Amino acid sequence: MPEPAHGRPAAHIEHPGGPGPAVDDTAPGGTDAATQRRRARRSRRYRRDVRWSPYAFIAPFFVFFLAFGLFPLLYTGWASLHRVELTAPTDMEWVGLRNFSRLLEDEFFWNALRNTVTIGLMSTVPQLLMALGIAHLLNYRLRGSMFFRVAALTPYATSVAAATLVFVLLFGRDYGMVNWALGLVGIGDIDWQNGHWTSQLAVSTIVIWRWTGYNALIYLAAMQAVPKDLYESAALDGASPWQQFIHVTVPSLRHTILFTCVVSTIGATQLFGEPLLFSGGAGATGGADHQFQTLGLYMYEQGWVNLHLGRASAIAWAMFLILLVVGAVNWVVARRLSKSA
Amino acid sequence: MRRTAILAVVALGAGLLAGCAKDSEEPGDSAYDGGGGKGMTTITVGVFGAFGLKEAGLYEEYMKLHPDIRIKQTSIQRNENYYPQLLTHLSTGSGLADIQAVEVNNIAEVTATQADRLVDLGRTEGVSKDSFLDWKWAQATTKDGKTVGLGTDIGPQGICYRKDLFEKAGLPTDREEVGRLWAGDWSKYLETGRKYKARAPEGTSFVDSASGVMAAVTGGNEKRFYDENGEIVYKTSPAVKQAWDLAAEFATEKLTARLQQFTPSWDQAMSNGAFATVSCPAWMLGHIQDKAGAAGKGKWDVAAAPRPSNWGGSFLVVPRTGDNTAEAAKLAAWLTAPAQQAKLFTERGSFPSAQAAYPLPAVADAEHPYFGNAPIGKIFSRAAQDVPVQIVGPKDLIIAQNLADIGMLQVDQKGRSPEEGWDAAVRAIDNALDE
Repeated sequence: MPEPAHGRPAAHIEHPGGPGPAVDDTAPGGTDAATQRRRARRSRRYRRDVRWSPYAFIAPFFVFFLAFGLFPLLYTGWASLHRVELTAPTDMEWVGLRNFSRLLEDEFFWNALRNTVTIGLMSTVPQLLMALGIAHLLNYRLRGSMFFRVAALTPYATSVAAATLVFVLLFGRDYGMVNWALGLVGIGDIDWQNGHWTSQLAVSTIVIWRWTGYNALIYLAAMQAVPKDLYESAALDGASPWQQFIHVTVPSLRHTILFTCVVSTIGATQLFGEPLLFSGGAGATGGADHQFQTLGLYMYEQGWVNLHLGRASAIAWAMFLILLVVGAVNWVVARRLSKSA
Repeated sequence: MRRTAILAVVALGAGLLAGCAKDSEEPGDSAYDGGGGKGMTTITVGVFGAFGLKEAGLYEEYMKLHPDIRIKQTSIQRNENYYPQLLTHLSTGSGLADIQAVEVNNIAEVTATQADRLVDLGRTEGVSKDSFLDWKWAQATTKDGKTVGLGTDIGPQGICYRKDLFEKAGLPTDREEVGRLWAGDWSKYLETGRKYKARAPEGTSFVDSASGVMAAVTGGNEKRFYDENGEIVYKTSPAVKQAWDLAAEFATEKLTARLQQFTPSWDQAMSNGAFATVSCPAWMLGHIQDKAGAAGKGKWDVAAAPRPSNWGGSFLVVPRTGDNTAEAAKLAAWLTAPAQQAKLFTERGSFPSAQAAYPLPAVADAEHPYFGNAPIGKIFSRAAQDVPVQIVGPKDLIIAQNLADIGMLQVDQKGRSPEEGWDAAVRAIDNALDE
């Protein structure tokens, strides 16, 4: 920041009438000194304003982040090193890293981790591919393109609870519509909730349904920023629409795709509402065999059903660390990509 | 525990949101103005689900009797969300209502760990130990004799059955005769199930779920998951073994509709008449009526259960940090007094835990029109009075839930062997109990 023009030259005024060298412009001396002083004060205020106001403007975010982000994060970390029960949350007993070390041999934790990964893959991969395709279609000049864009976003605007309730009914074993439709083509009743893969597929379906449109709109925005002349020159070179998509569109979207991958991965790691509600209100076990219990759900079960806050905190931190690792992998991939660009 | 689950899945979303809900009251109202006639005391009541006190008009009645009292209720749909929040509020001493409801599966934990934070209601004016069932009173009383919770309702069980399906299967339909089919022994209930299956109408099963049978059998025993010394004994408890084996028999002989209670498919099966019987605590009758609806009108009836058994019920506690503990205790005493419990029964079907209410005409002569005018007052009071004093423990809920929703569900729905199901349940419970 450049020094304000009227900022500095006030140094000698601070000793008016002092034994300084005689100066000839004594006539307007009194008023001049007052103006100078006023100016100096104003300039100090101005400098303070310029220096501190931005902090004040961004403070609300940081205050909220401290209260609802950083503090819980640190407190959870602290709690994870203790034996704490929800019946007496202030009564903490130091156990060191035991809550973490026991995760290594906790079959339910590993089961939840596996489920999180498989459901994450089953939901994220098709979701992003479909989103890319939908965005490509929406990028054409369509009649009522606004309608389609809004329609693509509606599932995202639906509440998880309401959507999941409907999916529970759709995937019902005895009276579900999915089984009815499959019955028409001769496939017998499937017990969606009790099968390992069927239940995970059903949960993934809810996630895909909710997030595809959202990602499609992000891709669409990025696609519209791709310069038209790239397509023109590709067309001149004889590239088919499909080749244009592969060689022009997708490379131009590289960073956007990476962004949606990161966001979807974080979402998949924290998946909670859909599997919780998919059990039809029968608790946080994620099915009779924990077949669709995700990490988020297991953490919830430990903390709020079994009331072991310390153990739940350790799971929360394990999830956080897993996300950091995933983030690091993404970062490496991103660097590779931008180098190759 | 299950009663609160009734309110389907949507409720959970609301419940999660309601986690933040706190009753706000205008400062003018809550200030207790001792001298002036215009001073109003506001008493807040925190409950879960459609608890019934408000719905039965009891608050309004109390406010009419005490014009200087105002009652406000906050409700969180599901006990799973309500209870952890209650514990957090109790330990921080803030955010509490003046009166809080506690479900029977949690009462032992609350009595054992939170008694210091609760008012001893045993000493409240107007509370009489004798009007309550002994075992209900004992469940909320600490070892040193403080009674921290007053019982609202209990869940004595009968067997709800479909007359039309029984008739088609060649079984008697009169409730006395039906009761005699299995009187005194749960294995006779299994026997009846086999008979039913032999001539079952197409697409129907004898009972809704194996877990329902297990809960009903376990609920009739003094010693279930804990012994007198507070040790966890479910692994060796004869009552649990008997209940497990019998329920597993139902599952492996395919006498169940393979449902999980209080899930949407259970409700659907009820409205489609897919099962002929279900063990029903008094509070479940309303649910059956709602879900079986007009299609089931005139088809349902209630018979006595093979053995007396209890499932569910609740308590009211008064936290000590409240502003109006004295007034709140008075209200809690009034709400749980026999006359009010009788009213709650007439209006909502919640069966009184105050035995003094049983001779009252509202209870003794009660009939249920949807269930063929069954004399439910008589059926359930008899069951209630013969229920043994059950030993409750702090982790009852976790043990019961994992036995049902992991162990027995695997046997019933996934076709696992009873041994595999039992092992899975034990592993889950061991993990859940390990701090």
